[in-house]
Amino acid sequence: MELDPDDIFKDDEDDSDSEFYQQRESSKEFVVYLVDASPKMFSTTCPGEDQKNETHFHIAVSCIAQSLKTQIINRSYDEVAICFFNTREKRNLQDVNGVFVYNVVEREYLDRPTARLIKDFDCIEESFMKDIGSQYGILSGSRENSLYNALWVAQALLRKGSSRTAHKRILLFTNEDDPFGSIKGAAKADMTRTTLQRAKDAQDLGISIELLPLGRPDEEFNVSLFYAQLIGLEDDDAAQFMPSAGQKLEDMKDQLRKQMFAKRIVRRITLLIANGLSIELNTYALIRPTTPGAIMWLDSVTNRPLKTERSFICADTGALMHEPRKLSQSYKNENIIFSVEELSEIKRVSTGHLRLLGFKPLSCLKDYHNLRPSTFVFPSDKEVVGSTRIFIALHRSMLRLNRFAVAYCGSSFHPRLVALVAQDEIISAGGQVEPPGMHMIYLPYTDDVRLIEEFHSESNVRVPRATDDHIKKAADLIKRIYLKDFSVCQFANPALQRHYAMLQALALEEEEIPDTIDETLPDEEGMARLGVVKAIEEFKLSVYGDKYDEESNSVGNGKANEASKKRKAAAENAANESANYDWADLADNGQLKDLTVAELKLYLTAHNLPVSGKKEALISRILTHMGK
Amino acid sequence: MARNREGLVLLLDVGPSMHKVLPEVQKICSMLIQKKLIYRKFDEVGIVIFGAEDTDNELTIEVGGYEHVVVLRNIKVVDGDIVEALQELPRGTVAGDYLDAVVGMDMLIKKYQLTNKGKKRICLITDAQNPIKDPYKGTKDDQVSTIAVQMAAHGVRMETIIVRGRLGEDIDQRIVDENDHLLHLFSEKTSAKTVYVESPTSLLGALRTRDISPVTIFRGDLEISPKLKIKVWVYKKTSEEKFPTLKKYSDKAPPTDKYATHEVKVDYEYKSVEDPSKVIPPNQRIKGYRYGPQVVPISSVEWDAFKFKPEKSVKLLGFTNASNILRHYYMKDVNIFIAEPGNARAAIAVSALARAMKELNKVAIVRCVWRQGQGSVVLGVLTPNLSEKDKTPDSFCFNVLPFAEDVREFQFPSFSNFPASWQPSEQEQQAADNLVMMLDLAPPGKEEALLPEFTPNPILERFYHHLELKSKQPDAAVPPLDRTLKKITEPDPQLFSESKSVIEALCKSFEVKENPKLKKSTRRLLQEKPSGSDDEGGYGDTSNALAIKSDESQLLAKADKIGDLTPVQDFEAMMSRRDNPDWVAKAIKDMENKICNMVENCKGGDNYCKALECLVALRKGCILEQEPKQFNDFLHHLFRLCQEKKLGNFWEFLASKELTLISTSEAIDSEVTEDEAKNFLVKKLPKLE
Repeated sequence: MELDPDDIFKDDEDDSDSEFYQQRESSKEFVVYLVDASPKMFSTTCPGEDQKNETHFHIAVSCIAQSLKTQIINRSYDEVAICFFNTREKRNLQDVNGVFVYNVVEREYLDRPTARLIKDFDCIEESFMKDIGSQYGILSGSRENSLYNALWVAQALLRKGSSRTAHKRILLFTNEDDPFGSIKGAAKADMTRTTLQRAKDAQDLGISIELLPLGRPDEEFNVSLFYAQLIGLEDDDAAQFMPSAGQKLEDMKDQLRKQMFAKRIVRRITLLIANGLSIELNTYALIRPTTPGAIMWLDSVTNRPLKTERSFICADTGALMHEPRKLSQSYKNENIIFSVEELSEIKRVSTGHLRLLGFKPLSCLKDYHNLRPSTFVFPSDKEVVGSTRIFIALHRSMLRLNRFAVAYCGSSFHPRLVALVAQDEIISAGGQVEPPGMHMIYLPYTDDVRLIEEFHSESNVRVPRATDDHIKKAADLIKRIYLKDFSVCQFANPALQRHYAMLQALALEEEEIPDTIDETLPDEEGMARLGVVKAIEEFKLSVYGDKYDEESNSVGNGKANEASKKRKAAAENAANESANYDWADLADNGQLKDLTVAELKLYLTAHNLPVSGKKEALISRILTHMGK
Repeated sequence: MARNREGLVLLLDVGPSMHKVLPEVQKICSMLIQKKLIYRKFDEVGIVIFGAEDTDNELTIEVGGYEHVVVLRNIKVVDGDIVEALQELPRGTVAGDYLDAVVGMDMLIKKYQLTNKGKKRICLITDAQNPIKDPYKGTKDDQVSTIAVQMAAHGVRMETIIVRGRLGEDIDQRIVDENDHLLHLFSEKTSAKTVYVESPTSLLGALRTRDISPVTIFRGDLEISPKLKIKVWVYKKTSEEKFPTLKKYSDKAPPTDKYATHEVKVDYEYKSVEDPSKVIPPNQRIKGYRYGPQVVPISSVEWDAFKFKPEKSVKLLGFTNASNILRHYYMKDVNIFIAEPGNARAAIAVSALARAMKELNKVAIVRCVWRQGQGSVVLGVLTPNLSEKDKTPDSFCFNVLPFAEDVREFQFPSFSNFPASWQPSEQEQQAADNLVMMLDLAPPGKEEALLPEFTPNPILERFYHHLELKSKQPDAAVPPLDRTLKKITEPDPQLFSESKSVIEALCKSFEVKENPKLKKSTRRLLQEKPSGSDDEGGYGDTSNALAIKSDESQLLAKADKIGDLTPVQDFEAMMSRRDNPDWVAKAIKDMENKICNMVENCKGGDNYCKALECLVALRKGCILEQEPKQFNDFLHHLFRLCQEKKLGNFWEFLASKELTLISTSEAIDSEVTEDEAKNFLVKKLPKLE
């Protein structure tokens, strides 16, 4: 967060969200990407994007690269390792053949992804043959088993951390559905057995193994030959496995850059219902604006982070002091002094709980009764047994009777009157869309609501109102421009996506910043459809008659632009006035500082420059503009 | 500043029927002036009371009549004197006649003539229960019309707050109706607003104490399509009134210095982490963002070159079913879209769309860039905001919707997956239904309680109240929350007692208890009393308050004695109870008995360990609570006990564990020096033998 010198007496609640930005250890994920680098991965191709043929190896590697770029934004605390098997060279702690753990400097094998890793990995294909090499590791006659080795290395890498605090996964990319195909007889059975055992051992340690098979249209990857057993697929699942695996691969590539948050309780609160009956609730933040993340100040010479130090100086004595515990408000020409304790005492008007005040029909909750993102509440029986039962009963009653509860939320940082709106669970094919529970909506007070409508009410005349015909035409229009399956989650924030793209480009020293798509622009094609255009024209005719163009023009230049006219006149005036000065001469002789601010502003206005700031700022702006 | 100053006349009915609400009238009016003192220091205010005992106004001298009207304060720039006058409004003796509002109007007109247009305001607070006098000529209607025309001509706005307690009693319905009719005439003829309030709480919210001139955040086209653009203005509809920003205060200046500013300057210095003595000048600083474990510097030049730069516009994406937009998606404070004033076509277009949307139950999704140069777009939903009054235009409410990045998809269990013991039975469900129905804040035919538009902010009210107290007496304590305001933070005792039976039924149906498996020390006890709620017992339904109290103690009752199983934990839980200071004494006493029992009743070394544990806990507790004498006395007592019962080996055991008396270094109240403490056990040892 940018340090704002005025934030000292910010309302405490502003900090309440900051806790969400702290990642928690327990939500970590450790992933080992296990990529088959056998010659078959390089020789088999399939049509990729742009209809060009791409090798399976390329698909696997670019998929990982994409995924890393997303991950470093979304879950940068997760740790990854990239590991090739069936390689010529070997590099691993166990020193087994055919396995190469890829890494860059300043990084452990299993570690958080770094810009360097992503950058180097992006061009791995160029150097792969030279540095790592491809060589199938399972040959008849030798006892080598590269797949076994790979699983062993991966498992060893994932030994870090406990499985309780981290979710551990091995993602296996291969196009060889029968790794022991070249081997016959007992040796094959033996190798199959030991490999499966190795996989099972890993799974017993809480590591999940996922397979991302690469197939070709003419040569399906037959999962039942070997891998079904390795990843523990039942017969029924096997049929569905292939399509879903293909989807998974796509998903890895096209993930939205979106900072992920671990589910955590913001606060535990008690809802006092009545007569001492109180229940326990947990609150969660389901919707909060995502920011580009905290700004860190760096030394531009060394690029090292800087530490901010705040000091308080007494204006009268110039003495350095501690953060003052006293604050003042000027009132009736006097400074009225409050101590920090008194202020927090004033703010504490209720216990730190939710206090039920009553219920109202949902129609009483107006669209403008809103101030900030809502908070989700869900019951808990952890401390008070019976809470959930009461909550469910109230929840059902409120849904059935179309009512919401009004309560006073007396939390220390943001005491406010709130509405509790029951939300029923919504489940779609993809899973839970809306969890069951209640949403706490922060209500405004009288002085928070502005009476704009009243401000624009006419005192004596009726305001123009639409007739039935107008409304009918409008209804036709609405039916035409209809978004059927609109969902709030369908648009990414273009500014944020742009920021992430920029960050990535700068971090990876990419030449160009990739263009991000602004999904929030209206669908122009759709708007140009005949039916839509017709509905719009009819509405226009009904409301504006044939004067639409006239109106938009006349209004554009007319009354509404009085302010801009004024501005223009002022600029002209300034230009005339400023012509009376010999600016270049004044600047050369350093006499600008002798002019008044008003005089300086003449120059600025005449040249369409901002007129804000102190005198020095104005002077330096003039000098910059003159190129001096 | 002075250009925008407002001239306001408060016209207050102080007649006998108003007496019971006058405390609230005083509060709300002083609040209004207090805020003006801080935010609008140049505004001018006058006070006129009617229904008073005396008569004191210019008109009565000039033309006669206007009896029982007193100009309490002539129009003047706001000051503390006005606040004081408002806090001691005289109680009148005569039924008030609000048409004496003319006096206020007369004052305003005389003072400002035709200047200050649109900034002249009369605020009338009355119960309008008493008949107004018949005019000398013409009807009452005519009289009102004449006044209204005058007011309109001079640009005087009138705001009327009518206090209507729960009707009934000895009120003449005919008079009330006549007054309502007359006051309605005002609103028709002039820019007058009339609000009715029933409860004192909503009276406190009825007068807007913060006058903010609305400023548009956008003026331009609402683009339905490139071919159809509607001229609109966008304002903020809600905006949170923040706690005032107080200045940091320094008391370093000597008290004799009369010109001391007492200000505190805050300095920020950016220093390198490696070398804290090195201060980095601003031009050598660069912003950076985290990218994985690293921080990527981004210069402002790069930033400006590549950042997202949308064009200023408000574009429609389409319409969708209102049910697709759930209420809790609303992200921020609310804006309002109104058609460009004076543009009749635009007004019709907005009105037509709003009404059609309402009819079809649809909402509009729009993409907004309010200003050129704004670095982001806002996605939001327009919902129709239809007006019932002829004079008020239809408009749209605009709420910000979240982007995909803003939604966190946490999964929660379905209620149906919960165990059967968590599911309410039919009878319990019935009890809950009844509660939701009966605890009704918006009963038909009555005023909606706690309507946001009529609910004042209790914290700000309390702050301004305290501010006023402090201005008179700098060390004034924080006042308790006003009784009227308590109806916002606490349940309305009247409503709760009316629905007593359903509440009792609910409490009977449901049972809650603390989870017994949970360790006591991890429990959060019902803590934190609200400040200023001490008078709870005297206020409202006492049985209700008592019930809450008894419940609190019931919840706490878990740790009220020291058991055999976990004496140490029980002791600690009791010591940490804050609801009554007696707990500490009781805990210590119980623990001592326990230890004595243990020592006496055991013969082997096994229980010695347990006794020692308890003793250590007791010692720690006594240090924490600063009760060293208690512990030291007990240790002496224990010593005597050991002597009597010939338990020398226990004493040896204690000595070996180096348990000592509490010395002055640990607790300041102790009378034992460190050496004495150390030697206590050792010295006593030989004697025991």
